[in-house]
Amino acid sequence: MNEEPILRASGLAKRYGARVALEDVSLELWEGEVLAVVGESGSGKSTLLAVLAGRVAPDAGRVEYRTRHEGWRDVHAMSEAARRMLERTDWGFVHQRPEDGLRMTVSAGANVGERLMGLGARHYGRIRSQAAHWLEQVEMDPARMDDAPLSFSGGMRQRLQIARNLVTRPRLVFMDEPTSGLDVSVQARLLDLLRGLTRRLALAAVVVTHDLGVARLLAERMMVLKDGRVVETGLADQVLDDPQHPYTQQLVSSVITP
Amino acid sequence: MNAPTALASVRRAGERTRYNFAYLDERTKRMIRRAILKAVAIPGYQVPFSSREMPLPWGWGTGGMQVTAAVLGPHDVLKVIDQGADDTVNAVNIRRFFERTAGVRTTTRTAEATLIQTRHRIPETPLTEDQIVVFQVPVPEPLQRLEPRETETRRMHALADYGLMHVKLYEDITRHGRIATSYDYPVTVNGRYLMSPSPIPKFDNPKLDRSPALMLFGAGREKRIYALPPYTPVASLGFEDHPFEVQRWDAACALCGSRESFLDEVITDDRGGRMYVCSDTDWCAGRRAQGERA
Repeated sequence: MNEEPILRASGLAKRYGARVALEDVSLELWEGEVLAVVGESGSGKSTLLAVLAGRVAPDAGRVEYRTRHEGWRDVHAMSEAARRMLERTDWGFVHQRPEDGLRMTVSAGANVGERLMGLGARHYGRIRSQAAHWLEQVEMDPARMDDAPLSFSGGMRQRLQIARNLVTRPRLVFMDEPTSGLDVSVQARLLDLLRGLTRRLALAAVVVTHDLGVARLLAERMMVLKDGRVVETGLADQVLDDPQHPYTQQLVSSVITP
Repeated sequence: MNAPTALASVRRAGERTRYNFAYLDERTKRMIRRAILKAVAIPGYQVPFSSREMPLPWGWGTGGMQVTAAVLGPHDVLKVIDQGADDTVNAVNIRRFFERTAGVRTTTRTAEATLIQTRHRIPETPLTEDQIVVFQVPVPEPLQRLEPRETETRRMHALADYGLMHVKLYEDITRHGRIATSYDYPVTVNGRYLMSPSPIPKFDNPKLDRSPALMLFGAGREKRIYALPPYTPVASLGFEDHPFEVQRWDAACALCGSRESFLDEVITDDRGGRMYVCSDTDWCAGRRAQGERA
Protein backbone atom coordinates (compact mmCIF):
# COMPACT_ATOMS: atom_id res chain seq x y z
CA MET A 1 0.00 0.00 0.00
CA ASN A 2 1.10 3.53 -0.74
CA GLU A 3 2.76 5.53 2.00
CA GLU A 4 0.81 8.64 1.10
CA PRO A 5 -2.85 9.33 1.77
CA ILE A 6 -5.34 9.34 -1.10
CA LEU A 7 -7.31 12.38 0.07
CA ARG A 8 -6.25 15.21 2.31
CA ALA A 9 -8.02 18.34 3.42
CA SER A 10 -6.67 21.19 5.47
CA GLY A 11 -8.22 24.18 7.20
CA LEU A 12 -11.65 23.79 5.64
CA ALA A 13 -14.15 26.47 6.54
CA LYS A 14 -17.63 27.15 5.26
CA ARG A 15 -20.24 29.64 6.39
CA TYR A 16 -23.80 30.07 5.30
CA GLY A 17 -24.35 33.73 6.12
CA ALA A 18 -23.57 34.14 9.80
CA ARG A 19 -24.02 30.42 10.45
CA VAL A 20 -20.82 28.40 10.72
CA ALA A 21 -21.08 25.09 8.90
CA LEU A 22 -17.38 24.15 9.04
CA GLU A 23 -14.47 25.66 10.92
CA ASP A 24 -10.86 24.59 10.51
CA VAL A 25 -11.46 20.96 9.57
CA SER A 26 -8.48 18.93 8.39
CA LEU A 27 -8.27 15.24 7.61
CA GLU A 28 -6.32 12.60 5.76
CA LEU A 29 -7.64 9.40 4.27
CA TRP A 30 -5.51 6.43 3.18
CA GLU A 31 -6.19 3.92 0.46
CA GLY A 32 -8.61 1.23 1.62
CA GLU A 33 -9.48 3.11 4.79
CA VAL A 34 -13.00 3.91 5.95
CA LEU A 35 -13.46 7.10 7.92
CA ALA A 36 -16.74 7.79 9.68
CA VAL A 37 -17.83 11.34 10.31
CA VAL A 38 -20.35 11.45 13.13
CA GLY A 39 -22.28 14.19 14.84
CA GLU A 40 -25.83 15.29 15.37
CA SER A 41 -28.00 16.94 12.74
CA GLY A 42 -26.65 20.36 11.81
CA SER A 43 -23.12 19.59 12.96
CA GLY A 44 -21.73 20.13 9.45
CA LYS A 45 -21.29 16.48 8.44
CA SER A 46 -23.08 16.74 5.13
CA THR A 47 -21.40 20.05 4.30
CA LEU A 48 -18.04 18.43 4.95
CA LEU A 49 -18.89 15.58 2.61
CA ALA A 50 -20.05 17.97 -0.11
CA VAL A 51 -16.86 20.02 0.23
CA LEU A 52 -14.64 16.93 0.13
CA ALA A 53 -16.44 15.65 -2.95
CA GLY A 54 -15.99 18.97 -4.73
CA ARG A 55 -19.69 19.73 -4.82
CA VAL A 56 -19.59 22.77 -2.56
CA ALA A 57 -16.68 25.22 -2.58
CA PRO A 58 -15.18 25.96 0.85
CA ASP A 59 -14.64 29.54 2.02
CA ALA A 60 -11.14 28.62 3.16
CA GLY A 61 -8.85 25.61 3.04
CA ARG A 62 -8.17 23.08 0.35
CA VAL A 63 -9.05 19.55 -0.62
CA GLU A 64 -6.50 17.50 -2.51
CA TYR A 65 -6.88 14.12 -4.13
CA ARG A 66 -4.02 11.90 -5.24
CA THR A 67 -4.97 10.85 -8.78
CA ARG A 68 -3.82 7.60 -10.34
CA HIS A 69 -1.54 9.19 -12.90
CA GLU A 70 -1.10 12.88 -12.21
CA GLY A 71 -0.30 12.97 -8.52
CA TRP A 72 -1.96 15.44 -6.16
CA ARG A 73 -4.68 17.65 -7.56
CA ASP A 74 -6.65 20.39 -5.84
CA VAL A 75 -10.25 19.23 -6.12
CA HIS A 76 -11.67 22.74 -6.13
CA ALA A 77 -9.11 24.19 -8.52
CA MET A 78 -9.52 21.58 -11.26
CA SER A 79 -11.76 22.20 -14.22
CA GLU A 80 -15.33 21.03 -14.06
CA ALA A 81 -14.66 18.59 -16.89
CA ALA A 82 -11.78 17.02 -14.95
CA ARG A 83 -13.80 16.83 -11.77
CA ARG A 84 -16.74 15.21 -13.53
CA MET A 85 -14.36 12.71 -15.03
CA LEU A 86 -13.14 11.86 -11.51
CA GLU A 87 -16.72 11.67 -10.32
CA ARG A 88 -17.59 9.04 -12.85
CA THR A 89 -14.41 7.01 -12.74
CA ASP A 90 -12.37 7.15 -9.55
CA TRP A 91 -15.07 8.31 -7.17
CA GLY A 92 -18.48 7.23 -6.05
CA PHE A 93 -21.16 9.11 -4.18
CA VAL A 94 -23.89 7.25 -2.34
CA HIS A 95 -26.81 9.47 -1.43
CA GLN A 96 -28.95 9.00 1.63
CA ARG A 97 -32.04 8.76 -0.57
CA PRO A 98 -31.35 6.32 -3.40
CA GLU A 99 -33.83 8.31 -5.52
CA ASP A 100 -31.26 11.12 -5.62
CA GLY A 101 -28.55 8.89 -7.02
CA LEU A 102 -30.57 6.74 -9.40
CA ARG A 103 -32.55 7.25 -12.56
CA MET A 104 -35.80 5.89 -11.27
CA THR A 105 -37.50 5.27 -14.60
CA VAL A 106 -34.75 3.47 -16.48
CA SER A 107 -33.90 -0.16 -15.85
CA ALA A 108 -31.45 -1.32 -13.19
CA GLY A 109 -29.06 -2.49 -15.92
CA ALA A 110 -29.01 0.93 -17.54
CA ASN A 111 -28.49 2.55 -14.15
CA VAL A 112 -25.40 0.45 -13.58
CA GLY A 113 -24.24 0.80 -17.18
CA GLU A 114 -24.59 4.58 -17.37
CA ARG A 115 -21.08 5.32 -16.15
CA LEU A 116 -19.64 2.83 -18.61
CA MET A 117 -21.55 4.38 -21.49
CA GLY A 118 -20.45 7.83 -20.32
CA LEU A 119 -16.89 6.61 -20.63
CA GLY A 120 -17.47 5.39 -24.16
CA ALA A 121 -18.57 1.75 -23.77
CA ARG A 122 -20.52 0.98 -26.93
CA HIS A 123 -21.12 -2.76 -26.77
CA TYR A 124 -24.58 -3.58 -25.46
CA GLY A 125 -23.78 -7.19 -24.58
CA ARG A 126 -20.65 -6.31 -22.63
CA ILE A 127 -22.37 -3.47 -20.76
CA ARG A 128 -25.07 -5.92 -19.75
CA SER A 129 -22.71 -8.59 -18.54
CA GLN A 130 -20.83 -6.02 -16.46
CA ALA A 131 -24.11 -4.76 -15.01
CA ALA A 132 -25.10 -8.33 -14.12
CA HIS A 133 -21.74 -8.86 -12.44
CA TRP A 134 -22.12 -5.79 -10.25
CA LEU A 135 -25.70 -6.60 -9.35
CA GLU A 136 -24.41 -9.93 -8.07
CA GLN A 137 -21.70 -8.15 -6.12
CA VAL A 138 -24.37 -6.22 -4.21
CA GLU A 139 -26.41 -9.40 -3.72
CA MET A 140 -29.15 -8.53 -6.16
CA ASP A 141 -30.71 -11.02 -8.51
CA PRO A 142 -29.50 -10.21 -12.05
CA ALA A 143 -32.93 -11.35 -13.24
CA ARG A 144 -34.22 -8.01 -11.94
CA MET A 145 -31.86 -6.16 -14.24
CA ASP A 146 -34.53 -5.04 -16.71
CA ASP A 147 -36.85 -3.69 -14.00
CA ALA A 148 -36.90 -0.03 -13.08
CA PRO A 149 -35.89 0.92 -9.52
CA LEU A 150 -39.41 2.27 -9.05
CA SER A 151 -40.45 -1.34 -8.49
CA PHE A 152 -37.66 -2.01 -5.95
CA SER A 153 -37.78 -1.88 -2.17
CA GLY A 154 -35.76 0.74 -0.29
CA GLY A 155 -32.96 -1.69 0.51
CA MET A 156 -32.71 -2.89 -3.09
CA ARG A 157 -32.61 0.66 -4.36
CA GLN A 158 -29.77 1.45 -2.02
CA ARG A 159 -27.86 -1.63 -3.19
CA LEU A 160 -28.48 -0.68 -6.79
CA GLN A 161 -27.12 2.78 -6.09
CA ILE A 162 -23.99 1.20 -4.68
CA ALA A 163 -23.59 -1.08 -7.71
CA ARG A 164 -23.98 1.91 -10.01
CA ASN A 165 -21.11 3.61 -8.21
CA LEU A 166 -18.82 0.59 -8.15
CA VAL A 167 -19.00 -0.35 -11.81
CA THR A 168 -15.97 1.76 -12.71
CA ARG A 169 -14.01 0.36 -9.73
CA PRO A 170 -13.58 3.64 -7.89
CA ARG A 171 -10.88 4.13 -5.28
CA LEU A 172 -12.85 6.53 -3.12
CA VAL A 173 -16.52 6.54 -2.21
CA PHE A 174 -18.42 9.22 -0.33
CA MET A 175 -21.47 8.00 1.53
CA ASP A 176 -24.09 10.22 3.06
CA GLU A 177 -26.10 8.29 5.67
CA PRO A 178 -26.19 5.22 3.44
CA THR A 179 -28.35 3.13 5.78
CA SER A 180 -30.73 5.54 7.42
CA GLY A 181 -34.25 5.32 6.14
CA LEU A 182 -34.07 1.53 6.01
CA ASP A 183 -35.52 -0.78 8.62
CA VAL A 184 -33.04 -2.41 10.97
CA SER A 185 -32.80 -5.87 9.44
CA VAL A 186 -32.26 -4.41 5.97
CA GLN A 187 -29.79 -2.00 7.51
CA ALA A 188 -27.83 -4.85 9.03
CA ARG A 189 -27.57 -6.70 5.73
CA LEU A 190 -26.56 -3.56 3.86
CA LEU A 191 -23.89 -2.77 6.45
CA ASP A 192 -22.57 -6.28 6.15
CA LEU A 193 -22.44 -5.89 2.39
CA LEU A 194 -20.72 -2.51 2.58
CA ARG A 195 -18.15 -3.83 5.01
CA GLY A 196 -17.41 -6.76 2.71
CA LEU A 197 -17.16 -4.57 -0.38
CA THR A 198 -14.87 -1.96 1.15
CA ARG A 199 -12.52 -4.72 2.33
CA ARG A 200 -12.63 -6.78 -0.85
CA LEU A 201 -12.21 -3.86 -3.23
CA ALA A 202 -9.85 -1.94 -0.93
CA LEU A 203 -12.15 1.07 -1.16
CA ALA A 204 -11.37 4.23 0.70
CA ALA A 205 -14.56 5.77 2.00
CA VAL A 206 -15.83 8.72 3.94
CA VAL A 207 -19.11 7.76 5.60
CA VAL A 208 -21.26 10.42 7.14
CA THR A 209 -23.65 9.06 9.72
CA HIS A 210 -25.46 10.00 12.89
CA ASP A 211 -25.58 6.34 13.87
CA LEU A 212 -22.64 5.32 16.03
CA GLY A 213 -23.37 1.66 15.39
CA VAL A 214 -22.86 2.20 11.67
CA ALA A 215 -19.62 4.00 12.40
CA ARG A 216 -18.32 1.18 14.56
CA LEU A 217 -19.22 -1.51 12.06
CA LEU A 218 -17.88 0.15 8.95
CA ALA A 219 -15.10 2.46 9.93
CA GLU A 220 -11.56 2.08 11.12
CA ARG A 221 -11.32 5.70 12.09
CA MET A 222 -13.82 8.18 13.36
CA MET A 223 -14.17 11.90 13.48
CA VAL A 224 -16.69 13.67 15.72
CA LEU A 225 -18.08 17.00 14.51
CA LYS A 226 -19.89 19.54 16.62
CA ASP A 227 -20.96 22.95 15.32
CA GLY A 228 -18.65 22.54 12.36
CA ARG A 229 -15.55 21.77 14.42
CA VAL A 230 -13.75 18.51 14.95
CA VAL A 231 -13.98 17.74 18.65
CA GLU A 232 -12.43 14.30 18.59
CA THR A 233 -10.74 11.90 16.17
CA GLY A 234 -9.25 8.47 16.62
CA LEU A 235 -9.69 4.78 15.97
CA ALA A 236 -13.39 3.97 15.92
CA ASP A 237 -13.28 1.51 18.79
CA GLN A 238 -11.13 3.82 20.85
CA VAL A 239 -13.41 6.78 20.42
CA LEU A 240 -16.51 4.76 21.17
CA ASP A 241 -15.11 2.85 24.13
CA ASP A 242 -13.22 5.70 25.72
CA PRO A 243 -14.69 9.00 24.58
CA GLN A 244 -12.66 11.98 25.77
CA HIS A 245 -14.67 15.03 24.75
CA PRO A 246 -17.86 15.73 26.76
CA TYR A 247 -19.88 15.92 23.52
CA THR A 248 -18.64 12.52 22.38
CA GLN A 249 -19.38 11.11 25.82
CA GLN A 250 -22.88 12.46 25.52
CA LEU A 251 -23.28 10.99 22.02
CA VAL A 252 -22.06 7.58 23.12
CA SER A 253 -24.23 7.55 26.20
CA SER A 254 -27.35 8.47 24.28
CA VAL A 255 -27.24 5.35 22.11
CA ILE A 256 -30.26 3.24 22.86
CA THR A 257 -29.47 -0.43 23.34
CA PRO A 258 -32.47 -2.71 23.56
CA MET B 1 -27.66 39.67 -52.85
CA ASN B 2 -27.49 42.78 -54.96
CA ALA B 3 -28.87 45.77 -53.09
CA PRO B 4 -30.91 47.81 -55.62
CA THR B 5 -32.65 44.72 -56.99
CA ALA B 6 -33.40 43.52 -53.49
CA LEU B 7 -34.80 46.87 -52.53
CA ALA B 8 -36.95 47.00 -55.63
CA SER B 9 -38.25 43.59 -54.83
CA VAL B 10 -38.90 44.59 -51.23
CA ARG B 11 -40.91 47.51 -52.54
CA ARG B 12 -42.76 45.32 -55.03
CA ALA B 13 -43.70 42.84 -52.33
CA GLY B 14 -44.48 45.66 -49.92
CA GLU B 15 -46.81 47.40 -52.37
CA ARG B 16 -48.73 44.25 -52.88
CA THR B 17 -49.01 43.14 -49.27
CA ARG B 18 -48.08 46.07 -47.04
CA TYR B 19 -45.59 43.73 -45.35
CA ASN B 20 -41.83 44.07 -45.32
CA PHE B 21 -40.12 41.57 -47.64
CA ALA B 22 -40.69 38.09 -46.13
CA TYR B 23 -42.84 39.47 -43.31
CA LEU B 24 -40.17 40.08 -40.65
CA ASP B 25 -38.62 43.53 -40.27
CA GLU B 26 -35.00 43.95 -41.34
CA ARG B 27 -33.59 44.25 -37.83
CA THR B 28 -35.19 41.01 -36.79
CA LYS B 29 -33.83 39.30 -39.88
CA ARG B 30 -30.35 40.60 -39.08
CA MET B 31 -30.66 39.27 -35.54
CA ILE B 32 -31.66 35.86 -36.89
CA ARG B 33 -28.84 35.92 -39.45
CA ARG B 34 -26.33 36.58 -36.68
CA ALA B 35 -27.68 33.54 -34.83
CA ILE B 36 -27.44 31.50 -38.04
CA LEU B 37 -23.84 32.57 -38.62
CA LYS B 38 -22.93 31.51 -35.12
CA ALA B 39 -24.77 28.23 -35.59
CA VAL B 40 -22.87 27.56 -38.82
CA ALA B 41 -19.60 28.37 -37.07
CA ILE B 42 -20.29 25.81 -34.32
CA PRO B 43 -22.02 22.90 -36.09
CA GLY B 44 -24.69 21.27 -33.95
CA TYR B 45 -24.57 23.87 -31.19
CA GLN B 46 -27.95 25.35 -30.24
CA VAL B 47 -27.78 29.13 -30.52
CA PRO B 48 -30.43 31.02 -28.55
CA PHE B 49 -32.26 33.70 -30.53
CA SER B 50 -35.04 36.11 -29.82
CA SER B 51 -37.84 34.23 -31.50
CA ARG B 52 -40.73 36.40 -32.74
CA GLU B 53 -44.44 35.84 -32.78
CA MET B 54 -45.50 34.65 -36.20
CA PRO B 55 -49.07 34.77 -37.47
CA LEU B 56 -49.60 31.11 -36.65
CA PRO B 57 -49.22 29.11 -33.44
CA TRP B 58 -46.01 27.74 -31.95
CA GLY B 59 -45.49 24.23 -33.18
CA TRP B 60 -46.73 24.97 -36.68
CA GLY B 61 -43.32 25.80 -38.06
CA THR B 62 -42.65 29.24 -36.63
CA GLY B 63 -38.95 28.52 -36.11
CA GLY B 64 -38.45 27.28 -39.64
CA MET B 65 -40.41 30.23 -41.03
CA GLN B 66 -38.25 32.75 -39.20
CA VAL B 67 -35.09 31.11 -40.51
CA THR B 68 -36.54 31.00 -44.01
CA ALA B 69 -37.55 34.67 -43.78
CA ALA B 70 -34.05 35.61 -42.68
CA VAL B 71 -32.20 33.84 -45.49
CA LEU B 72 -34.74 34.24 -48.29
CA GLY B 73 -33.73 36.51 -51.18
CA PRO B 74 -35.93 37.81 -53.97
CA HIS B 75 -34.37 35.42 -56.49
CA ASP B 76 -34.81 32.33 -54.38
CA VAL B 77 -37.12 29.56 -55.47
CA LEU B 78 -38.94 28.17 -52.46
CA LYS B 79 -40.25 24.67 -51.87
CA VAL B 80 -42.14 23.76 -48.70
CA ILE B 81 -42.89 20.19 -47.68
CA ASP B 82 -44.68 18.60 -44.77
CA GLN B 83 -44.09 14.85 -44.28
CA GLY B 84 -42.59 14.82 -47.75
CA ALA B 85 -45.66 16.24 -49.47
CA ASP B 86 -46.07 19.65 -51.08
CA ASP B 87 -49.85 19.63 -50.81
CA THR B 88 -50.48 19.13 -47.11
CA VAL B 89 -51.98 21.91 -44.99
CA ASN B 90 -48.82 23.09 -43.27
CA ALA B 91 -46.85 23.14 -46.52
CA VAL B 92 -49.56 24.87 -48.53
CA ASN B 93 -50.02 27.59 -45.94
CA ILE B 94 -46.34 28.35 -45.42
CA ARG B 95 -45.72 28.38 -49.18
CA ARG B 96 -48.61 30.80 -49.69
CA PHE B 97 -47.37 32.91 -46.79
CA PHE B 98 -44.04 33.53 -48.52
CA GLU B 99 -45.66 33.96 -51.93
CA ARG B 100 -47.69 36.79 -50.44
CA THR B 101 -45.15 38.41 -48.14
CA ALA B 102 -42.03 37.98 -50.27
CA GLY B 103 -43.36 37.51 -53.76
CA VAL B 104 -40.80 34.77 -54.42
CA ARG B 105 -41.22 32.04 -56.97
CA THR B 106 -42.27 28.70 -55.48
CA THR B 107 -41.98 25.21 -56.80
CA THR B 108 -42.73 21.64 -55.87
CA ARG B 109 -39.68 20.34 -57.77
CA THR B 110 -36.80 19.59 -55.41
CA ALA B 111 -34.20 20.09 -58.14
CA GLU B 112 -35.51 23.57 -58.99
CA ALA B 113 -35.66 24.87 -55.43
CA THR B 114 -32.89 26.95 -53.88
CA LEU B 115 -34.51 26.96 -50.45
CA ILE B 116 -36.52 24.08 -49.04
CA GLN B 117 -38.41 24.40 -45.80
CA THR B 118 -39.36 21.03 -44.42
CA ARG B 119 -41.20 19.32 -41.65
CA HIS B 120 -40.39 15.64 -40.93
CA ARG B 121 -38.57 14.72 -44.14
CA ILE B 122 -35.51 15.34 -46.29
CA PRO B 123 -36.30 15.07 -50.02
CA GLU B 124 -35.26 11.87 -51.80
CA THR B 125 -33.71 13.77 -54.71
CA PRO B 126 -30.04 14.33 -53.81
CA LEU B 127 -29.40 17.90 -52.67
CA THR B 128 -26.78 20.21 -54.13
CA GLU B 129 -24.38 22.90 -52.92
CA ASP B 130 -26.77 25.56 -54.26
CA GLN B 131 -29.55 24.59 -51.89
CA ILE B 132 -30.45 25.39 -48.28
CA VAL B 133 -32.74 23.15 -46.27
CA VAL B 134 -34.63 24.68 -43.33
CA PHE B 135 -36.05 22.30 -40.75
CA GLN B 136 -38.95 23.01 -38.42
CA VAL B 137 -37.92 21.80 -34.97
CA PRO B 138 -40.34 21.22 -32.09
CA VAL B 139 -37.80 20.09 -29.46
CA PRO B 140 -34.21 21.13 -30.19
CA GLU B 141 -32.71 19.53 -27.08
CA PRO B 142 -32.07 15.81 -27.68
CA LEU B 143 -31.54 15.22 -23.95
CA GLN B 144 -34.72 16.94 -22.81
CA ARG B 145 -36.78 13.82 -22.21
CA LEU B 146 -33.94 12.33 -20.19
CA GLU B 147 -32.81 15.38 -18.25
CA PRO B 148 -35.48 18.03 -17.80
CA ARG B 149 -33.19 20.69 -16.27
CA GLU B 150 -31.87 22.93 -19.02
CA THR B 151 -29.03 24.21 -16.84
CA GLU B 152 -27.89 20.61 -16.65
CA THR B 153 -28.30 19.76 -20.35
CA ARG B 154 -26.30 22.84 -21.31
CA ARG B 155 -23.53 21.75 -18.99
CA MET B 156 -23.66 18.27 -20.49
CA HIS B 157 -23.20 19.78 -23.95
CA ALA B 158 -20.36 21.96 -22.71
CA LEU B 159 -18.55 18.94 -21.27
CA ALA B 160 -19.60 16.55 -24.07
CA ASP B 161 -21.03 14.36 -21.31
CA TYR B 162 -23.37 12.28 -23.44
CA GLY B 163 -23.53 8.91 -21.68
CA LEU B 164 -27.18 9.56 -20.91
CA MET B 165 -28.19 9.43 -24.57
CA HIS B 166 -26.82 5.92 -24.80
CA VAL B 167 -28.79 5.03 -21.68
CA LYS B 168 -31.91 5.83 -23.70
CA LEU B 169 -30.80 3.60 -26.59
CA TYR B 170 -29.83 0.88 -24.08
CA GLU B 171 -33.36 1.02 -22.68
CA ASP B 172 -34.76 0.71 -26.19
CA ILE B 173 -32.84 -2.50 -26.81
CA THR B 174 -33.73 -3.85 -23.37
CA ARG B 175 -37.43 -3.26 -23.90
CA HIS B 176 -37.83 -3.95 -27.59
CA GLY B 177 -34.83 -6.07 -28.54
CA ARG B 178 -33.58 -3.39 -30.89
CA ILE B 179 -33.23 0.38 -31.04
CA ALA B 180 -36.88 1.27 -31.45
CA THR B 181 -36.37 5.01 -31.86
CA SER B 182 -37.53 5.53 -35.42
CA TYR B 183 -37.62 9.30 -35.78
CA ASP B 184 -35.74 12.20 -34.22
CA TYR B 185 -32.86 9.74 -33.94
CA PRO B 186 -29.94 11.46 -32.15
CA VAL B 187 -26.74 12.22 -34.05
CA THR B 188 -23.25 13.40 -33.22
CA VAL B 189 -22.15 16.35 -35.32
CA ASN B 190 -18.54 16.65 -36.38
CA GLY B 191 -17.51 14.35 -33.52
CA ARG B 192 -18.61 16.92 -30.96
CA TYR B 193 -22.18 18.06 -30.35
CA LEU B 194 -25.12 15.78 -29.80
CA MET B 195 -27.96 17.02 -32.01
CA SER B 196 -31.61 16.33 -32.62
CA PRO B 197 -32.15 16.05 -36.38
CA SER B 198 -35.77 17.21 -35.82
CA PRO B 199 -38.47 14.56 -36.16
CA ILE B 200 -37.31 13.22 -39.51
CA PRO B 201 -37.49 9.43 -39.82
CA LYS B 202 -34.14 7.78 -39.14
CA PHE B 203 -34.34 6.71 -42.78
CA ASP B 204 -33.26 10.27 -43.57
CA ASN B 205 -30.37 10.43 -41.09
CA PRO B 206 -27.75 9.22 -43.60
CA LYS B 207 -28.72 12.14 -45.85
CA LEU B 208 -27.47 14.54 -43.18
CA ASP B 209 -23.97 13.13 -43.29
CA ARG B 210 -21.66 15.29 -45.43
CA SER B 211 -24.62 16.80 -47.24
CA PRO B 212 -23.58 19.30 -49.91
CA ALA B 213 -26.51 21.54 -48.93
CA LEU B 214 -26.49 23.89 -45.96
CA MET B 215 -28.95 22.68 -43.32
CA LEU B 216 -30.53 25.12 -40.87
CA PHE B 217 -32.76 24.16 -37.95
CA GLY B 218 -35.18 26.60 -36.33
CA ALA B 219 -37.16 26.03 -33.12
CA GLY B 220 -39.56 28.94 -32.63
CA ARG B 221 -41.10 28.12 -29.29
CA GLU B 222 -37.81 26.95 -27.79
CA LYS B 223 -35.97 29.91 -29.34
CA ARG B 224 -33.03 27.97 -30.72
CA ILE B 225 -31.26 27.82 -34.06
CA TYR B 226 -28.64 25.26 -35.04
CA ALA B 227 -26.98 24.30 -38.28
CA LEU B 228 -25.03 21.80 -40.32
CA PRO B 229 -22.65 23.51 -42.72
CA PRO B 230 -22.14 21.68 -46.05
CA TYR B 231 -20.11 18.47 -45.86
CA THR B 232 -20.27 18.20 -42.06
CA PRO B 233 -19.78 14.64 -40.77
CA VAL B 234 -22.94 13.51 -38.98
CA ALA B 235 -22.98 10.13 -37.22
CA SER B 236 -26.10 8.42 -35.88
CA LEU B 237 -25.58 6.88 -32.44
CA GLY B 238 -25.58 3.14 -31.90
CA PHE B 239 -23.94 0.20 -30.20
CA GLU B 240 -21.30 -2.05 -31.76
CA ASP B 241 -23.60 -5.05 -31.43
CA HIS B 242 -26.76 -3.05 -32.21
CA PRO B 243 -25.66 -0.57 -34.87
CA PHE B 244 -27.77 2.21 -36.36
CA GLU B 245 -30.11 0.90 -39.03
CA VAL B 246 -32.71 2.54 -41.27
CA GLN B 247 -36.24 1.36 -41.96
CA ARG B 248 -36.84 -1.14 -44.77
CA TRP B 249 -40.07 -2.14 -46.47
CA ASP B 250 -41.14 -5.39 -48.09
CA ALA B 251 -43.29 -3.42 -50.49
CA ALA B 252 -42.57 -1.02 -53.34
CA CYS B 253 -44.43 2.24 -53.97
CA ALA B 254 -47.82 1.36 -55.48
CA LEU B 255 -47.68 4.41 -57.74
CA CYS B 256 -44.11 4.61 -59.01
CA GLY B 257 -42.63 1.27 -57.95
CA SER B 258 -39.77 2.85 -56.02
CA ARG B 259 -38.00 0.55 -53.58
CA GLU B 260 -35.45 3.02 -52.33
CA SER B 261 -37.67 5.81 -51.00
CA PHE B 262 -39.44 6.25 -47.66
CA LEU B 263 -42.92 4.72 -47.93
CA ASP B 264 -46.14 5.73 -46.21
CA GLU B 265 -48.72 3.08 -45.46
CA VAL B 266 -52.16 4.17 -46.67
CA ILE B 267 -55.31 2.37 -45.48
CA THR B 268 -57.67 2.07 -48.45
CA ASP B 269 -60.77 0.47 -46.96
CA ASP B 270 -62.11 -0.96 -43.70
CA ARG B 271 -61.33 -4.56 -44.62
CA GLY B 272 -57.59 -4.40 -44.16
CA GLY B 273 -56.81 -3.07 -47.61
CA ARG B 274 -53.64 -0.97 -47.72
CA MET B 275 -51.07 0.34 -50.09
CA TYR B 276 -47.61 1.80 -49.75
CA VAL B 277 -46.76 5.05 -51.51
CA CYS B 278 -43.75 7.34 -51.53
CA SER B 279 -43.86 9.96 -48.81
CA ASP B 280 -41.95 12.35 -51.11
CA THR B 281 -44.65 13.37 -53.61
CA ASP B 282 -42.26 15.19 -55.94
CA TRP B 283 -39.96 12.18 -56.16
CA CYS B 284 -42.92 9.90 -56.88
CA ALA B 285 -44.41 12.21 -59.52
CA GLY B 286 -41.01 12.59 -61.17
CA ARG B 287 -40.56 8.85 -61.44
CA ARG B 288 -44.03 8.38 -62.86
CA ALA B 289 -43.42 11.12 -65.42
CA GLN B 290 -40.29 9.30 -66.54
CA GLY B 291 -42.40 6.17 -66.95
CA GLU B 292 -40.36 4.04 -64.61
CA ARG B 293 -43.32 2.01 -63.49
CA ALA B 294 -42.00 -1.29 -62.25
